[in-house]
Amino acid sequence: MTAMKEIAVVAFSQSDCLARAGAANEVELIMPQLRAVFGQVGLNNAQDVDFVCSGSCDYLQGAAFAFVAGVDALGAVPPIKESHVEMDAAWALYESILKIRMDQAESALIYGFAKASAGELPTVLSQQLDPYYLAPLWVDSVSLAAMQARLLIEKGLATEQAMAGVVARARKHAMVNPHAQVSGEVSIETLLAADTVVSPLRESDCAPVADGAAAMIICTVDKAREWGVPYAVISGIDHRIETHNLGMRDLTDSPSTRQAAAGAGVGRGAVEVAELCAPFSHQEIILTRALGLGDDTVINPSGGVMAGNLMMASGLARIGEVFRRIVSGDISRGVAHATSGPCLQHNLVAVLESA
Amino acid sequence: MSEDTEAVTRIETPVYLQYNFTAGRAPARFLERIRQGVLTGQRCPRCANVYIPPRGSCPACGVPTEEEVVLPDKATVQSFTVVAIPIPNNPIKPPFVIANLVLDGANISFIHLMSECENSEVHIGQRVQAVWKPEAEWTYAMDNIRYFKPIDEPDVPVDRIGRLPIGGWEDEQ
Repeated sequence: MTAMKEIAVVAFSQSDCLARAGAANEVELIMPQLRAVFGQVGLNNAQDVDFVCSGSCDYLQGAAFAFVAGVDALGAVPPIKESHVEMDAAWALYESILKIRMDQAESALIYGFAKASAGELPTVLSQQLDPYYLAPLWVDSVSLAAMQARLLIEKGLATEQAMAGVVARARKHAMVNPHAQVSGEVSIETLLAADTVVSPLRESDCAPVADGAAAMIICTVDKAREWGVPYAVISGIDHRIETHNLGMRDLTDSPSTRQAAAGAGVGRGAVEVAELCAPFSHQEIILTRALGLGDDTVINPSGGVMAGNLMMASGLARIGEVFRRIVSGDISRGVAHATSGPCLQHNLVAVLESA
Repeated sequence: MSEDTEAVTRIETPVYLQYNFTAGRAPARFLERIRQGVLTGQRCPRCANVYIPPRGSCPACGVPTEEEVVLPDKATVQSFTVVAIPIPNNPIKPPFVIANLVLDGANISFIHLMSECENSEVHIGQRVQAVWKPEAEWTYAMDNIRYFKPIDEPDVPVDRIGRLPIGGWEDEQ
């Protein structure tokens, strides 16, 4: 591992989480975030980095190759080296890290974006299921998560009170998050008084879906020193995926998260902060256990995605939140997590440390 | 394999998803203006290129475009094709001409129809002008312009296509 090039995060920005971004198109959502990260490092545009990678999902826009339009935000003349993942931008970060470790780049711009409000998101996400058995049934993402929560409760690994506790804590933390869509003091009793939408999930158990974008710049540690900007080091990153066949998974556990955490070296030091991408309250309970986090770890100090779930950028934003806390000197080591697919099918874990 | 366990080689799983498409702030302004019969592009504050329809950014520079530029309805053929094959559900009967046209004062082409022309005589550099629908039929759409027709102006050399001033070819000469 020591031979591997150390990766530094030098800039991060995300938009406010908005339920509807109004008239803005994707390019108009991306550009302010790119301006912000270029500004943090003192760069002009994408010409000043060696590689660009984005994360988005054409199904959310409802148009084939919709992600290509995002390139209009970059300043790609003369041509740049550019790539895309049809995933959360946390995986665009992963690709960019590989690019740097393969000596093909010293720096990279990563961005993720979505205007999820254009479609009926839970239904749109049914089309990420396997095309033969599940997608034709139109099983929506909320129903699948509810099934997972039900299994968790029946196994005695969670309660509706504990799930409401996750929501109440997230909303309280989100009060200091200027980008939050939902925040404030709310009691567990108040949350539990609401009806379920898909039992046992209440609306409050489901992360509020948001339109917007996030961007990050990473580089080698040498480059970060040359640029003279504060940075955090990504000391480990790994991602693992479970089978697409939901019937073959233990939905009450997240072995892929556990494996990714081991690969990223989560256990090699104290975890002061963990930013977890848990779009449903019970999933935070699963993830906390899979990551082996104890009471000495502050979970989702930003409010996590319960404060606002920027589709295709929330995973990257978790890494950005840990980066911000390290660079500001609040913490020296934290863990960030991103997820993809139904019921936490695919998980990425990153460890960030102070330089 | 016996008859009653014949291999399944094909299933049909239709996908219907509904979207509320939003064009974007800059394209929405373009659509509002074309509803009034006005063609509006946007100029890049850095390279000064004018884009129509505008997307809200200069793709070359990666900066937002804010300044609006009203453009004339005269254009130059940048490239074209004669469509000979009928397209399902397309009301236009072949053969017809589809062209990439650059408006005077703009630096990027858009696709539109050409008509009132001999298809065999359409050529790169040819000067054309919009033929609009009657004002009563105008809506938020590019097909407020029915098509472009050739006009009696000299051809634009290839290296000048996409670089004419707003005043057009006569101003340039």
